[in-house]
Amino acid sequence: MDAINYDSELRRAGAHSTHGWRKLAFLAQRHVLGAIGLTIMVMFVLAAVFADLICRFSPLSVDAVHALAAPSGLHWLGTDSFGRDVWSRIIHGARISLAVGIGSTALGSSIGVMVGLTSGYLSGWVDLVFQRVTDILQALPLLVLALVMTAALGPSLPNVILAIAIPLVPTVSRVIRANTLALRELPFVEAAKSIGMSETRIALRHVLPNTLAPLIVLATAQLGSTILTEASLSFLGLGIPEPYPSWGRMLSESAAEYVRTAPWLVIFPGVAISLAVFGTNLFGDALRDILDPRQRG
Amino acid sequence: MRANGSSQLFAYLVRRLTLMLVTLFGISVIIFVLLRIVPGNIVDILFDAAGYVDPADKANLTRELGLDQPIVVQYLHWIGGLLHGDLGYSFVSEKPALDEILPRIPITARLAGLAIMFSASIGIPLGVISAVNQGSRLDYVLRVVSLSGLSLPSFWLGLLILMASVSLFGSMPIFNPNPKTWTEAFAIYCVPAMAVGFRSAALTMRITRSSMLEVLRQDYIRTARAKGASRASVNFHHALKNAILPVITVIGIEAAFLIGGLIVTETVFNIPGVARFLVEALRWRDYPIVQNLVMLIALVVVTANFIVDMLYAVLDPRIRYTD
Repeated sequence: MDAINYDSELRRAGAHSTHGWRKLAFLAQRHVLGAIGLTIMVMFVLAAVFADLICRFSPLSVDAVHALAAPSGLHWLGTDSFGRDVWSRIIHGARISLAVGIGSTALGSSIGVMVGLTSGYLSGWVDLVFQRVTDILQALPLLVLALVMTAALGPSLPNVILAIAIPLVPTVSRVIRANTLALRELPFVEAAKSIGMSETRIALRHVLPNTLAPLIVLATAQLGSTILTEASLSFLGLGIPEPYPSWGRMLSESAAEYVRTAPWLVIFPGVAISLAVFGTNLFGDALRDILDPRQRG
Repeated sequence: MRANGSSQLFAYLVRRLTLMLVTLFGISVIIFVLLRIVPGNIVDILFDAAGYVDPADKANLTRELGLDQPIVVQYLHWIGGLLHGDLGYSFVSEKPALDEILPRIPITARLAGLAIMFSASIGIPLGVISAVNQGSRLDYVLRVVSLSGLSLPSFWLGLLILMASVSLFGSMPIFNPNPKTWTEAFAIYCVPAMAVGFRSAALTMRITRSSMLEVLRQDYIRTARAKGASRASVNFHHALKNAILPVITVIGIEAAFLIGGLIVTETVFNIPGVARFLVEALRWRDYPIVQNLVMLIALVVVTANFIVDMLYAVLDPRIRYTD
């Protein structure tokens, strides 16, 4: 019986390829669901970038004659009560969802990294203070804190991004802090100290890069929940203000009232939200399996 | 030995309760300050709608509501009242905040309880089934279903349910605090609870699955199988018992975070619970209501975490609390 040569088998499957596309193809084969998720995400990004080219109508142009028109060849997904084209509002809505999703995840993660790194690296009273503040922020559900913050700051795109970013800080800073505490004790940090490297440099150049994998996993996982939170805020009327086409807002306008008369107003924006979040969740799961195999379920 | 153990537990409890108080105090300060950096208070809202008004009237109302005093005085006034069980008056209805909030609590609590029961009774068995059949087609399907559960916004799920109810029965369930028949009670409480609990069911399932997978790899499971224990006995008796701990944490944390789902679901189904009340109060800048509701939510979250920690020790004798 021939012994299996794992190395050549893996090579044939493309495991060793360093070329970008081949490697991607290899990973996509192993993580089919992740590949589907990535495809969905890319689709939404393309829709957001090329929104003006994809749509025949402006998302804001009002057309009283065609108000509440059912889906047809002209208006693919129908129109709302102002006669605005639902398809172009959904496509343009991708911009808002992505802006809020990426913006607040990036902002929340950056602040979280700074807090976590400082907290874990300095320890002492700084750590204690940061830990207590983290506890306090974690005692409120994401949506509640975001709601109160948008109500306080006023509804606008930057404020919504900020209001969703702040509640994300504790989770990120906890993970980074725990990682930093563990890394601080490792020989390579000691070695860096022994050659006289400054603490800041060690923290930024040696400890931080080693916490990137869990950070990326966490950030992708949070991307979906930020999109959902924005949709909820806008649905409750405290998120993105009119007339910008936010998916959640579109649902709040159509809620209950149009369930009977214009179901397309209820169905399509919800499909858009669910699909976008589903894509990021699928991709996030695969990313976790690849980058952080210890957590694999 | 024993006396030592109980004094350690006492020390732990004291420390834990102190931290809870610190957290609640922090929340009260943050919320109070946040609400007062808002440009425009209820006086502005009321008077904006009225067009031009006499500035003297406006000043009078501001004074009447105590909004002209320094923020520290306002804060102390609120906290002092809170400690005596006096939550102040709603700006909008002018009734005591306590009378506004209390009757709404049972409605939301009932919904939350049902949602947790729903998510545990669906999520745990499906998680076990998924883990036991790891890698099979069934596992694959269940995983995709649970991921989609995490992706559906619960308000949309609620809207879809309303839509289905309209097309099936020709009407929507209208809230009634005292349902007369079982079907009415089901429509009023269980259906919205399912819309809220769907997401937690998905989460519970995922955690159960990964926790079960971890346990199923251990030696004692192989021993149990080797001894000839039945599949069901190994999976549910031997494995699930040890895999349940992380699941309880998640259910505990989710119990508090259900509030997010309840806020939107109560809005969709028009249920007059505390969660929807928060949104209404925020829209009206009804500070006394918002402050107290946020404190209530924080109290629920902090208590849920505490209960979960205590349950740990009960369920897992290896865990002992020391200072």
